[in-house]
Amino acid sequence: MERLIELLPNLWESVGETLYIVGIAMLVGGLLGLLLGLGLYVSRKGSILENRWVFGILNFVVNTFRPIPFIIFIAAVQPLARVVVGTGIGNNALIFGLALAATFAISRIVEQNLLTVQPGVIEAARSVGAGPFYIIATILLPEALGPLILGYTFIFVAVTDMSAVAGLIGGGGLGNFAIQYGYRLFNPTVTWAAVIIIIVLIQLVQLLGNFLARRVMRR
Amino acid sequence: MPIIQITDVTKTFPPRSKGEAAAPALDGVSLDVQKGDVFGIIGYSGAGKSTLVRLINALEKPTTGSVVVGGVEVSALSESRLKKVRLGIGMVFQQFNLFTSRTVWGNIEYPLNVAGMPKAEQHVRISELLHFVGLVDQAHAYPDQLSGGQKQRVGIARALATSPDILLADEATSALDPETTREVLALLKRVNEEFGTTIVVITHEMEVIRSIANRVAVMEKGRIVESGDVFDIFSAPQAEATKRFVSTIVTSVPDPVALDALRARHPGRIVTFSFADGSTSQSGVFLTLGDAGIGFELVYGGINEVQARTFGHLTLALTGDDAAIDAALQRIAGVATVTEVA
Repeated sequence: MERLIELLPNLWESVGETLYIVGIAMLVGGLLGLLLGLGLYVSRKGSILENRWVFGILNFVVNTFRPIPFIIFIAAVQPLARVVVGTGIGNNALIFGLALAATFAISRIVEQNLLTVQPGVIEAARSVGAGPFYIIATILLPEALGPLILGYTFIFVAVTDMSAVAGLIGGGGLGNFAIQYGYRLFNPTVTWAAVIIIIVLIQLVQLLGNFLARRVMRR
Repeated sequence: MPIIQITDVTKTFPPRSKGEAAAPALDGVSLDVQKGDVFGIIGYSGAGKSTLVRLINALEKPTTGSVVVGGVEVSALSESRLKKVRLGIGMVFQQFNLFTSRTVWGNIEYPLNVAGMPKAEQHVRISELLHFVGLVDQAHAYPDQLSGGQKQRVGIARALATSPDILLADEATSALDPETTREVLALLKRVNEEFGTTIVVITHEMEVIRSIANRVAVMEKGRIVESGDVFDIFSAPQAEATKRFVSTIVTSVPDPVALDALRARHPGRIVTFSFADGSTSQSGVFLTLGDAGIGFELVYGGINEVQARTFGHLTLALTGDDAAIDAALQRIAGVATVTEVA
């Protein structure tokens, strides 16, 4: 317990790091995943911009990279991280890997949620003369907004989970804190302090997600 | 010139799985709709009527043949050039297809946004439409808060927003109860009468055709098997499919089963009198029979009204002297069609 009190400044710093890492990864991955998911949705057979080749390629790429376990994925994309963010270690390399992994995961979530929008609603928009991009912005995304918020909340939890392997490439955050000061130094109190903060953090985000989704879907 | 002209259209969808034969959804369909018509298209599910109606606003393109709407060949236009055409054609759906993320107001506003109408004008137009369909109090409600009938009225208001010349109704009342169906049909009739909007109604219910259509086409397996004036189709259906549809709401001549039952109960002669031209009255028949001293009893049939004209088939059991009956029937043959059924 005394050890934990000594480590408090480190703990708070780790909380900040986790928020920063997960926040940026979600922002970048969320946006790219949305685009990729939209691409999958609109290019599939019978959809508003049907294109067999585009769908085939996107589908193959997502299927190839999404199932790779993150601990291997982060090591595998290290060379790419050096090219894109200039370093293969530390928080920035971690954010790069997380954002990329989140992009693939989110694209499937987005695609699935868009598929729940009734095709008849899209047809109604087409019948009044709306074009495909206008329909995406004004009908498709608003109609799927509730499920999309829940999907993003789900991915936030997954990304927080993935961020815990940070130590592998020299990144920080709560996961690294728990392993370095708790697990390796045989101090369960420190480990559990990190665990409880992660639980609280995830609960708060989940509550916020549920609240927003309910507000959107009640109408 | 007809406002909608469909000529020799076929539509074949690719087969669901490889090796399966591609069955044509439409197989050589031609159809003319005149301006101001309420044109009914009736058929069982799978007959191709939904595909046919979607050719008109080019949601579907024909495999062969042409579709000309208001002088424009829509089947030849690219998707980007269809916007103007579609703004001139409203569409109402069986499942309403309202935008659930928008209020009633927002739903009606949508086509106006697509059309690029200025906000101030939109405001006036939406208020007008809300009054017309009787949903002023629900303007800010979301679709989930409305009943089926209210939803369809929103659907109609949305379809009419851009003051289209043509309204397509795809099974618009099939998801509604009988009372609400009557309300929605009355509303469609008002649209036709007040704005002169040409309406194409798809349905599998003959009652819908009888209440609002003036012309009708009967579809079966991707073809139009019969078409014409609604009164003619109802009073003298020719094709088998048409006869089946007509018999769902018109009691005409007894079928073999009913006839056997009648024969068992009535030992005399059983004769059907048909009034098909809408002008003759059946009183002449009864007068003639009475004058000749022939006993008669009405055993089957009914008189129907379609488009304010009547027609019907009355089956009577006649008792009396055979020669007197023959003579009476001969005289009646001048005012009604006489068929001796037993």
